[in-house]
This record gives sequence, structure tokens and C-alpha cells, in this order.
Amino acid sequence: MSLALMTLVLAIGCALLWQSMPAIKALGPGFVTGHEWDDAAGKYGSAAFLSGTLYSSGIAILVSVPISICSAIFLAELAPKWIRLPITFLIELLAAIPSVVYGLWGIFVLIPLLRDKIMTPALASAAIAKIPIIKSLLTGAGYGPSMLAAGLLLAIMITPFITAICRDILLAIPTMQRDAAAGLGTTQAETILKVVLPSAAPGLIGAVMLGFGRAFGETMAVTMVIGNMTPNTPDGRSIALFDPGYTIASAMANKFTEATPGIATAALIELGLVLFVTSMLINFFARSLVRLAARKIAA
Amino acid sequence: MQTTPCVNVLNVSFWYGSNQALFDVNMTIPKHAVTAFIGPSGCGKSTFLRCLNRMNDRIDGAKMTGTIKLNDQDIRNRSVSVEALRRTVGMVFQKPVPFPMSIFDNVAFGPRTHQLARGRALDELVEKCLIDAALWDEVKDKLKSSAMALSGGQQQRLCIARTLSVSPDVILMDEPCSALDPNSTHRIEELITRLKNEYTVIIVTHNLQQAKRISDMTGFFLRGELVEFGASETVFGTPERKETDDYINGRFG
Amino acid sequence: MTSLASTPVLVQRRVLNALFQALCGICAIIAIAVLGYVLWFLFRQGITYFKPSFFTRLPDNVNPVLGGIKHSILGSVNILGIALSISIPIGILSGVYQAEANGKLCQFVRFLTDVLNGIPSIVIGLFIYAIWILPYAQKHPGQGYSGIAGGAALGIMMIPLVMRTTDEMLHLVPQSLWDASLALGTPRWRTMLFVVLPSARNGIVTGVMLALARVAGETAPLLFTVLGNEFLGPITGPVDALPLRLYKYATSSDPVQNAMAWSTALTLILIILILSILARFLTRAGKRS
Repeated sequence: MSLALMTLVLAIGCALLWQSMPAIKALGPGFVTGHEWDDAAGKYGSAAFLSGTLYSSGIAILVSVPISICSAIFLAELAPKWIRLPITFLIELLAAIPSVVYGLWGIFVLIPLLRDKIMTPALASAAIAKIPIIKSLLTGAGYGPSMLAAGLLLAIMITPFITAICRDILLAIPTMQRDAAAGLGTTQAETILKVVLPSAAPGLIGAVMLGFGRAFGETMAVTMVIGNMTPNTPDGRSIALFDPGYTIASAMANKFTEATPGIATAALIELGLVLFVTSMLINFFARSLVRLAARKIAA
Repeated sequence: MQTTPCVNVLNVSFWYGSNQALFDVNMTIPKHAVTAFIGPSGCGKSTFLRCLNRMNDRIDGAKMTGTIKLNDQDIRNRSVSVEALRRTVGMVFQKPVPFPMSIFDNVAFGPRTHQLARGRALDELVEKCLIDAALWDEVKDKLKSSAMALSGGQQQRLCIARTLSVSPDVILMDEPCSALDPNSTHRIEELITRLKNEYTVIIVTHNLQQAKRISDMTGFFLRGELVEFGASETVFGTPERKETDDYINGRFG
Repeated sequence: MTSLASTPVLVQRRVLNALFQALCGICAIIAIAVLGYVLWFLFRQGITYFKPSFFTRLPDNVNPVLGGIKHSILGSVNILGIALSISIPIGILSGVYQAEANGKLCQFVRFLTDVLNGIPSIVIGLFIYAIWILPYAQKHPGQGYSGIAGGAALGIMMIPLVMRTTDEMLHLVPQSLWDASLALGTPRWRTMLFVVLPSARNGIVTGVMLALARVAGETAPLLFTVLGNEFLGPITGPVDALPLRLYKYATSSDPVQNAMAWSTALTLILIILILSILARFLTRAGKRS
């Protein structure tokens, strides 16, 4: 059985490798380090896509993790019994909404909201233009599709995922630990912060990594709100939140229809190979962490 | 043995939802003595113990009527802070429950939480508690190592040290030796006998020999009722009630 | 003798306690509020074109407002049917094999399944494209896309989920059931096939339905395999599917199509919701019996 599964995983890797061979041979390491992706000029560099993926997933994690962990704590430790099931169910429902539906909502609701309420005022604000780091973040093209939109949408999408895993990890911590702490006269917050969370920490970190891995491979919602354009900077990368960008997955989705057979298609497949390998690695480490943590707690 | 009252129990009844578990319990527990609760499984002795530090508050659907007074203060009075109560009335559980931290941090946990001591004072407090719990000699060189690496008996003594660290008046013990080997049990019984000089100890046990050995007062619970309560010599030697006599002599389990 | 009354330190600790609890509650509310916001918009915008004609007509070039998504619905149904026909046998058989296995290998396989689950769906679609469609398209340019390929991609995604559920459900079957059959001298494989599997049937069906709900909304794997279509087509060629239609309409510049995108989304969500709720209902019914 394990052999069969491993074969499948290897098969995927090999198939992608095989079909991207033409590109690998022609482009070499420049594929990973190059910044430009220009079909007409025959240039294929995925560095901008990779950094876009890292940036958008990073934003997603930054926004989602506090909310996810606190929600998980609420569900596992604080909520009265009768409210736990309905809220868990509702949060699971968030996870059931397909990516493309989030994308639709992102285009017509999130982007106008961000543009009108955040980007336009921020770009016009003289005060923000003075704050050192913030001013390079809260800037950019600002016409809607942007890293910010992608990051926030991703945050919404990975929250139920991270919350569910964290909740399971917290529930796995033996009740006796909480009883012992209570017996010493600790408040619930103190018990959670000083006894439960430190025990759960490795597992929680694993959950966050898994969320990161999820955001990493997310395609549809991202491609619909990120703009799929390289920003107007020399190396095609930008930390401006209001600038559009690319992720690996969104580039694949976006460029597929125009790809001419031959090296363009092979390059696209090589892009898929990069995504495959990186998300496998992230998931591998994350799952190992969660497993290790669960074993430690059970001991 | 001092006869100054420490805990006064008046007409206490207790329900888990619609099941009544305790029926009109009355007793006066003296200070600086060891009081043992005995009785068959399910008789309510552990439930009653957990009323004394309001641990039953944590259970949904738990209800108690009657009054429990600690040093003449009603423990369920609105002005009473349950965290302060549980500091004053400490608890040692059946299974040793060390926190997954170092030995030092385990004992320092209580004082840090209640902001009782810091720095050098904290170090001295931890040392004193470990000495009082008869564990210092075995762990003094490895205070920073994980508590989970200790043996069962050592872990339970660590839990006792942890309970002592917040200077309680009363120490509740719920079958503290039932998960331990005879050697560890013996050491903890010695410990309890020493502890009663400074603290009031209330212990639930299903081991009749243990109760006879270490307790000054004994209460016999049967089906939620306190059948008999008095000096251990009397309860074990010349019990007043027939049920007590039957139980002590093993005529029912 | 310590007093049991509150001290300033205690009051401060209790305040922090209350603040912490409030914070966690607020976070849970935020998560749910966002869900509510999305669903509300979906419903409000989607109701416009949500009528019977929408489901029974094809896109109308002459009078776009009268068009529908019948081909997308049928396409999705067909594609999901193919996905089921791949994932049910393979998933359940793997689950049985996994349940019968013991020891360290068990953990490892579970681990592998999780890793397989984590592969982005677009990569799975790309995989099918790479081994099946591309070689064909290189000889017959522009061809090779089919609903079958899309179904295969979705089926691959469903396999780990079905396998996991089957394994878990089989482990829940009480040993007494096994013993009763084996004691009669029935060989192990027969016991599994005719006694144990049927008893775990409800749970397995639930797992399959939840896996189906999960892949019903997937678009990325279909991009490279199914391509999309404006008309009804045979499953052996490019067909349309609900998520693809949604993507197309959402990103189009035509306001009518944008509006229809919402209704398509509403249709998709309803299908997924019905599948999920039916699945949970089945679990509860199974538990009662």
C-alpha cells in the first residue's frame, strides 16, 4: 500500500519532470533565478512568481494565525458546551466554499472595498508618506487587484483549516493538566497561556506550517484577485501591498491558455514542478511536526 | 492533636445533574491533623473532597446545597475569590500530574502565578518545598531537567511540593498513593505524617490499613451518606455503627 | 491563615482573564462574520438569475439574459461521475488493505496519504495534462482535452480522502462482529466483503460524499484537462463544468455574465451544501441504527 502511494507521488514528479525537460535543458538554473517571463522574447524566469507566492502566503499567515489560534482556543477551552458544535460546524462551512467562489467574492466585493476604503485614502494620505517602513508597504498601483487582496483572501481561506487542526491539538492535551493548574488557583487564561499552549506549541507550529502550505498552492482565488501583472519595478518584485503581482499557481493558471506548444508549455510544466516540490517539502515538514507533537502529548 | 476546627461542614448535599451524590453531610475537621475518608467505590468521598476546594464548580450541572466553612469563612460566599480558595486549599490528585516543564518551573509555577516571590526568594521557596516534600536530595542537581523524566513516586512528591509552594492551610489528597509502588507509598505516608505539623491534611483512600496508620480522624462514607465520623482509634477499634464495622472487617467491598 | 477575599493582584488577574476570554470569543465571531458576509452576498447577488430556465438552457448568444448553464451542470455531473468511478473502487480497496495492515507501516501510509492530500490541485491537473493530454496534443494539435481526463484528476484527489474514511470506519467495526463470522469458519476475505464492509457502509458512503463535496468545486485541475465548452459535448471531448463556467463568467467584462457568475456560484454552493448535509445526516442515521 505504501508502495502504491509512493509510486503515485513519484509518478507525478516524474511526469512533470519528463514534460518539462525541454525547458530544463534550454533554460537551466536561470529558470529559478531569472525575473522575467516573456514568451515572445523566450525568457522564462520564475523568481518573481516564487517571491510573489511567498509574500502572499506570508501575509495570509500573518493575518490568519492570530485569529485561527484564538478561535481554536475559544472552541477547545472556553466556549460553553452547547455553543461548540454550531460554531465548529459554521467554521467548517467556511472551508467548504470552493476557491473559485472566494475568487468571485474577491473580485466584486473585496477588491472594491479595499480600493475605496484603504488604498485610495492611503495613497492620498500625506501622513502615511512620512512613516518609514509603512510608506513602502502601503503604496503601489492601487487600482484594485493586488497582493493585499490576495493575502487577505488567502487568510480567509486558510483560517478554518488552521483553526480545525489547532482545535484538535488543544483537545488532545490531557484534562488532568488543566485540573492540576486549576487546583493551584490559576485563572483559565493563565492555565491556557502557561500550561496548555506551551504543551501544544510544536503542534500549533505544525498547523501554521500546514496553513502556509495550503496558501502556497492555492490557485483560483489568488489568480482572480492578484492582478496577474508584474509590478513596475526593475526586477519585477515589489513589497508594495497595493501593487499587482503573480504567484506560481496564478501564473500557471493565467498563462496556460496562451502557451504555445514547445518550450513555452514545457516552461509552464517546469513551473508546476517547482510548485510540486516546494509544497511537498513544506507539507512534509509540517506533517512531521504535527505528528511529533501529537506523540509527545500522548506520552 | 489539636481540636481547633479548620473546616466546618453543615448540611451539605450534592447533585450531578439529577443524580444526588451526597446526602446531608455534616462534620467538623480539626486543624493540624490528618483526616481520612474511607468507603467503597462510588460512595461519594471523592465528590465530597472536591467540594472542599470547589473543584466541582468546573463540572456542568453540578449543584451543592449547605455550607462549607474554612476558618469561619463560607467558601461559597460571593466575596470569596475561587483562586484564593484553591491556593489556601491545595489538592494532590490520584495520578501524578507534573506539568511538562522543568522540576524547578513546576514548583515555581504557583508562586509565579500568584506573584508570591521572585528571584532569590523564589529559589529559596522552591528549595524549601522540595525539602518538605522529601524530594530535594534526589533532584537538587537537576532542577532544570524535565519533570516528566522522574519516576511515579518522585512525580507525586513533586506534585506535593508544588501544592506546598503556595502556602496552603489545607492539603486535600485524592488517593495519592493508589498509582504508586509500596516503597513510594511508604515514603509519602511518612511525608503526610510530618506535614500535619504545619498543615491540615484531608485524604481520601480506599486502603484501610493506610487510613489506620496515618489518620487522626476518619469519616466513613456509604452511598453518599456520612455514616460515621470520629477519632480513628474509635472508628477502627470500636465503631458505633454496624455498617462501619462491616466495612472495616471486609464484610462488603 | 489566609483570607479568601479578593486582593488587587487577584482582581488584576481576573480582569486579564476576562479580557483574554473576550479576545478569543471575538476572533471566533470574526471568522463566522466573514462567512456570513460571503454567503449573504452570494445569496443576494445570486438570486437574480436563479430560476428554472437557468438550469435548463444553454448560453444564448442572441439574448444573453435568457441563457443558462445546463451544459455546465451536466458536464459537472458527468465529470464527477467519472471521478467517483475511479475513486470508489481504488479508495475503498486501498482503505480495506490499509485497515488490514498493522504496525509501523500503518503510520507511514497515513503520513503519505496526508502528504498526497497536500499536493495543490493544480499540480494534479497538470500531471494528467503531462502524461495524457500533452502527448496526444503534440500529435493532434489543439486536441486531447476531455471530461474523462478531468474526472481522472478529480478522482485522484478523492482517493486519499476515501481511503482515509474507509480505514477509519473499518476500525470502528467492533471485534465481536469479526469474531462471530470467523468463528463460523468463514475465511477472512469473505468476512470483510460480506460482513464487515456492509456494516461500515454508512460511514464509507458519508466519506465518499464528503470527498465529492470537496472536489465538486475544484477548478484548477479542470483548467488543464477539460478546457470548457459553450455547448454540450461528449465526455470524451472538452466539456463545461460549473467551476469553469463560474471562472469564465466572473472574469469576463460582460456585466450580464458577471451577474450570472453569482447565480452559478450559488448553484455550486447549494450542491456542495446539500452533499455535506446529506452526508452528516447519513452519519447520524447510521449511529442511531
